[in-house]
Amino acid sequence: MGMIIQGATGDWEVVIGLEIHAQVTSKSKLFSGASAEYGAEPNSQVSFVDAAMPGMLPVINEMAVEQAVRTGLGLNAKINKFSVFDRKNYFFPDLPQGYQISQYLQPIVGEGKILIDLKDGETREIGITRLHLEQDAGKSLHDQHPSQTFIDLNRCGVPLMEIVSEPDMRSPEEAAVYVKKIRSIVRYLGTCDGNMEEGSMRADVNVSVRKPGDEFGTRCELKNINSVRFMQQAIIYEANRQVDILEAGGTVDQETRLYDPVKGETRSMRSKEEAQDYRYFPDPDLLPLEFDGAFIERIRETLPELPDPKKARFIKDLGLSPYDAGVLVAEKEVADYFEAVAEGRDAKLAANWVIGELFGHLNRTSKSLGESPVAAPALGELLDLISDGTISNRIAKEVFEEMFDTGKMAGAIVEEKGLKQVSDTGAIEAAIDAVIAANPDKAAEYKSGKDKLFGFFMGQVMKATQGKANPGVVTEILKPKLDA
Amino acid sequence: MSDLTKLSIAAARDGLKAGDFSARELTAAHITAMAASKPLNAFITETPEVAVDAATASDARRARGEAGKLEGIPLAIKDLFCTKDVLTTAASHILDGFNPRYESTVTSNLWAEGAVMLGKANLDEFAMGSSNETSYYGNVVNPWRRQGDNRDLVPGGSSGGSASAVASFSAMGATGTDTGGSIRQPASFTGIVGMKPTYGRCSRWGVVAFASSLDQPGPMARSVRDTAIMLEAMAGFDPKDSTSVNMPVPNFEAALTGDIRGLKIGIPKEYRLEGMSEEIGALWQQGIDWMKAAGAEIIDISLPHTKYALPAYYIIAPAEASSNLARYDGVRFGLRVEGKDMNDMYASTRGEGFGAEVKRRLLIGTYALSAGYYDAYYLKAQKVRSRIAEDFKQAYLSVDAILTPTAPSAAFGFGEKGDDPLEMYLNDVFTVPASLAGLPGISVPAGLSKDGLPLGLQLLGRPFDEETVFRAAGVLEEAAAFTAVPADWWRG
Repeated sequence: MGMIIQGATGDWEVVIGLEIHAQVTSKSKLFSGASAEYGAEPNSQVSFVDAAMPGMLPVINEMAVEQAVRTGLGLNAKINKFSVFDRKNYFFPDLPQGYQISQYLQPIVGEGKILIDLKDGETREIGITRLHLEQDAGKSLHDQHPSQTFIDLNRCGVPLMEIVSEPDMRSPEEAAVYVKKIRSIVRYLGTCDGNMEEGSMRADVNVSVRKPGDEFGTRCELKNINSVRFMQQAIIYEANRQVDILEAGGTVDQETRLYDPVKGETRSMRSKEEAQDYRYFPDPDLLPLEFDGAFIERIRETLPELPDPKKARFIKDLGLSPYDAGVLVAEKEVADYFEAVAEGRDAKLAANWVIGELFGHLNRTSKSLGESPVAAPALGELLDLISDGTISNRIAKEVFEEMFDTGKMAGAIVEEKGLKQVSDTGAIEAAIDAVIAANPDKAAEYKSGKDKLFGFFMGQVMKATQGKANPGVVTEILKPKLDA
Repeated sequence: MSDLTKLSIAAARDGLKAGDFSARELTAAHITAMAASKPLNAFITETPEVAVDAATASDARRARGEAGKLEGIPLAIKDLFCTKDVLTTAASHILDGFNPRYESTVTSNLWAEGAVMLGKANLDEFAMGSSNETSYYGNVVNPWRRQGDNRDLVPGGSSGGSASAVASFSAMGATGTDTGGSIRQPASFTGIVGMKPTYGRCSRWGVVAFASSLDQPGPMARSVRDTAIMLEAMAGFDPKDSTSVNMPVPNFEAALTGDIRGLKIGIPKEYRLEGMSEEIGALWQQGIDWMKAAGAEIIDISLPHTKYALPAYYIIAPAEASSNLARYDGVRFGLRVEGKDMNDMYASTRGEGFGAEVKRRLLIGTYALSAGYYDAYYLKAQKVRSRIAEDFKQAYLSVDAILTPTAPSAAFGFGEKGDDPLEMYLNDVFTVPASLAGLPGISVPAGLSKDGLPLGLQLLGRPFDEETVFRAAGVLEEAAAFTAVPADWWRG
């Protein structure tokens, strides 16, 4: 559902488009051999090219090109076999060249589309305008000296993909789902780690408002948003700000605004008039980027199964509900874990255990899946014990608890604690007889038609056997005895 | 031993090989000549110690039976080439104190072939100029003077220091760079040979950039053979330069067969400028006659877009320069002039660091790339550039090489063209079209003006066909038999 702001003059619709900057997973920088790894000592990963020393020249990193093409394919987008690197000229101390090498008129990836799943079960298509490769800038450090700014060039030249969406989103929730979907896709593809805290994914958000059915309104660009939560807050603030202006008879100025997460507001950074003239022109140090169809096909062959097709398969082949399938495919690690557990087993049972017990425990203990004390084969073994009747579902939950706390295997715990399910008809029959004998009035009520009491007897028998009795066997013996 | 400086590179190579003299002796002679040539101001930085060490190492290599193509040959290096741990200035104040921690590919190639560096040659600031009057380190003086006139003349530019060093016998050869004529025009002004190779033949890595799509390193020496020997050592594919071309480097010296029978040489009618001096026209005709006499077929051709070349060049080159020179900001190296804030620091550093001509071109270039002007200037200029390249391509369907004058005049005096930049820019009128098309070209001294100053003729070739250019140039050189040398007045 789109977000509607009810104003004095009627309803306003919010229109959102996103530019996501995703750091390409790559050992080295876009145009130099220096390491692109995060978190090193300042200025320890800077080549002469990155520092823009006189006479230094950029050479394209083929790996980064492959990653961009891979991402383009994952976004169902047109791959441009011919693209051009341009210089975006501006002065800033953390931009040593005095220009950023980017792609302006001819990007490596053209139009594409992705699907996003909304809460109400609806699926929406969001258009991708383009994806282009560009260099990141360095970092200014303002807290190292009372009066001077220090510069760290480690990030300078690190390859980024800018993924631009169409203005297809209508609510902060949709924008959030879109960002998560992009994150999921690039993580599946291995082209970006999607880590927003470390800045490997950042978003600029274009927001405008209009009366439903009208032309697009004037948009503002919100810069420097590094979490999905902040993005939603920023959109809500900005949309309301624009509505207030318009309803007061004013006009929205096209401008770049900065979101301040502390104050929860956006404020003007620069207006359209103050906008820099970047004097884009093709970088004469680089030839146009050209590759053939075979290059694209080679990459296409290595693409993993992406979340959408995987979800469809989970629904169709494994019989999962769309909701469960959606939860399981969001992260590749989860999907891989689930598939390892489900392999050769009851997929629905596996899904229930992964989403219910495992996620529940992980959440409670604030652990990631990677930190889970229960590995996929261990959970699989537990499910096998359920399926072959060794333990009941209820006992299995106890066993899982123990597994999660101690990291022990299910079989060992069952053995150790004597939790094996009792299928011995003699022992069960004795327990049933004792329960019926102890509750003659209830047995009579049952006989006179109060069928619901079957559950009571079932529970009493299970209690008497410390839950170890095989429920199937209990039912089989209990029923004729009560009916007799 | 002073006559060692008068040898050609080819002769010195033979003498060294025969053991007639050592690299140390050859280098010592040139260090003496370099020191004596101070009035010419051809060098920004002299590196005699580096030279002696290199010559000593060269002699040791030769004693071990190892000798490169330029073993023991002392050269001047245009101070646009970054040289490891040796001050590199681009003749600009803004690069104050810049000692690169890397060596350009071209100079690395030269040292790998045994060459010896005498010093860093003066030039126009950032290679922007045609008279070597824009250097922060002062004007370079042409060793040549008009007959009966002892006023100093310009050596041409931007490789004016390289040209002056070679013409004054301070260096056996020199590296230059040519963006719109910066090797060929000073070669013509100083009576030496200057070769601009095909764009992509020599690596630009480690060469301070002026206009990336045009800059091309090349050799300057006193004979066609010497430039051929040098180019072979300088050239080659460099994976560090994306515009360098992966093609084998031919044995250029072997191309000097002296035989151009049947070679088709084009004479472009558009190069016959209105108001061109008679002696330039006469020299051109003389060249045509020499080539014809040697058995070449002379063919009149048309390069219809020639007249647009200069305006297109003076948009494209400054546009690229305006971006290339943005890195000189006072933040990481070179000059920094402190200011009250960051923008003030930028403005003060660049305001003091760059000279007037560089500033002029940066402003022109910034303007040409600005929103609203880009299409009318930069894009239009690029279209013109394509047309010019197409003109040449068409011409080369019917000819193998093209013969033109190198420059519209002989060397001129200081300040003679200083007032009007446009008049100065006209110096490049014959050299710029081939630069825009990326073609190889050579200037060969072909005669003297009525004032006794050297005049050059230019031969242009097909892309990566430097061999034909050298072959034709060798014949032209032999026919011209240019043996005049400047009187060595500077030795006082």
